[in-house]
Amino acid sequence: MNWDWSAVSDFMPHFWDGLLVTLRILVLGSAISFVLGLVWALLMRVPSRWVTWPVGIVTEFVRNTPLLVQLFFLFYVLPEWGVTASALTTGVIGIGLHYSTYTMQVYRAGIEAVPAGQWEAATALNLPLRRTWTAVILPQAVRRVVPALGNYVISMLKDTPMLMAITVLEMLGEARLFSQETFRFTEPLTVIGVAFIVLSYLASLALRALERRLAH
Amino acid sequence: MPTDTLPTPEQSPSAPSGELIRLEQVTKRFGDHTVLDRLDFSVDAGRHVTLIGPSGSGKTTILRLLMTLTKPDEGTITVAGRRLFPAPEKQVREVRKQIGMVFQQFNLFPNMSVLRNITEAPVTVLGMAKDEAEERARDLLELVGLADKRDARPTQLSGGQQQRVAIARALAMRPKVLLLDEVTSALDPELVAGVLDVLRDIARSTDITMLCVTHEMNFARDISDQVLMFDSGRVIESGPPEQIFGEPENDRTREFLSAVL
Repeated sequence: MNWDWSAVSDFMPHFWDGLLVTLRILVLGSAISFVLGLVWALLMRVPSRWVTWPVGIVTEFVRNTPLLVQLFFLFYVLPEWGVTASALTTGVIGIGLHYSTYTMQVYRAGIEAVPAGQWEAATALNLPLRRTWTAVILPQAVRRVVPALGNYVISMLKDTPMLMAITVLEMLGEARLFSQETFRFTEPLTVIGVAFIVLSYLASLALRALERRLAH
Repeated sequence: MPTDTLPTPEQSPSAPSGELIRLEQVTKRFGDHTVLDRLDFSVDAGRHVTLIGPSGSGKTTILRLLMTLTKPDEGTITVAGRRLFPAPEKQVREVRKQIGMVFQQFNLFPNMSVLRNITEAPVTVLGMAKDEAEERARDLLELVGLADKRDARPTQLSGGQQQRVAIARALAMRPKVLLLDEVTSALDPELVAGVLDVLRDIARSTDITMLCVTHEMNFARDISDQVLMFDSGRVIESGPPEQIFGEPENDRTREFLSAVL
């Protein structure tokens, strides 16, 4: 194996572009999955089958089909129905939607873990249902699930290269493009491999700090 | 003691004496097990009533029915002349405002400070101004001997302190009825006295109606003016504490008391 430092320095400008795109996917995708997952989890608690059945079927479907298939579907099939968006937007929505079906289960577990006594105390104080959710149940549920949500962010980081398949130039996309033009594979792939490790590590550090801050 | 923060008889639209709580023909089943069987039961305003009896006899179920934490299968529940069950949700909310409850496990909100545990409901339910609610909360904390803990988190407090905060939180809503569900059972023995002192204080200095389920017979004897002995979902004996504890007439009561005293 020959290692060429000049190939590394040639790749770096492309790497920074790719890193920025990867981070955008991660931040926006996480935000979508956090919000949408909570929406799914709350809808699943509506006492009506007309709500829980459709939500259950859709999320079950999304969770049990490959992300790559969903990305292709969003990118190639939706435009045929007149829905168009940029590759990056499509990818962010795709990955956020996919992960929301996992975060939904995390939220559900967190909500169910809030002791029944908290609901009873809220009833005894006559708190309205809405206020019970926002002031009592959700703050406790979310606090409980931060570690699990954080682990999904790290999983999502490792799934961001999937967006390459719909032409998004994140880190792997940039590396592949560079390789095709220069026939150098070792250097760009090594650089992004290291970048993934560093990002995962930083994310887990941030997560642990957040967990400590949230401890009662 | 800041007794002005506590309910006084003048605040009740109905007369302080007379019937406040009435259960009529109330039946409650859990699966095949009938806990309460066509129970008739009433409590006059201002009384301090203690429910005693073996576990599973339906004492706690009565408190939970009154707090609407569970629904009867049959029968009616009336509080201060207004129907609590069966009733539309809006009316339930109105009638329920008159009832407060203290739980065996305290059930403080761990995500809020002690002060906010007490101000949350007065502000969001009664629409009280935040300053006023906080001032009243401080008075109530003083009443329960925890004035210095207002900024603490519930998890930083001992069980006895948490229970005293829970009492303050219930009183902050100015209920006419305070339901006390085994409020000392989860406490370490050395912490029980502090909680009982606070309740005794409240029983003596206010006109709040108390309905309490307890295994602390001394406490029952001390604060209540009426003791009801439950067995299998029925009141089998009732009377002033001197009578029930001194010369019980019913064999089951005697049996029960000799087992717990």
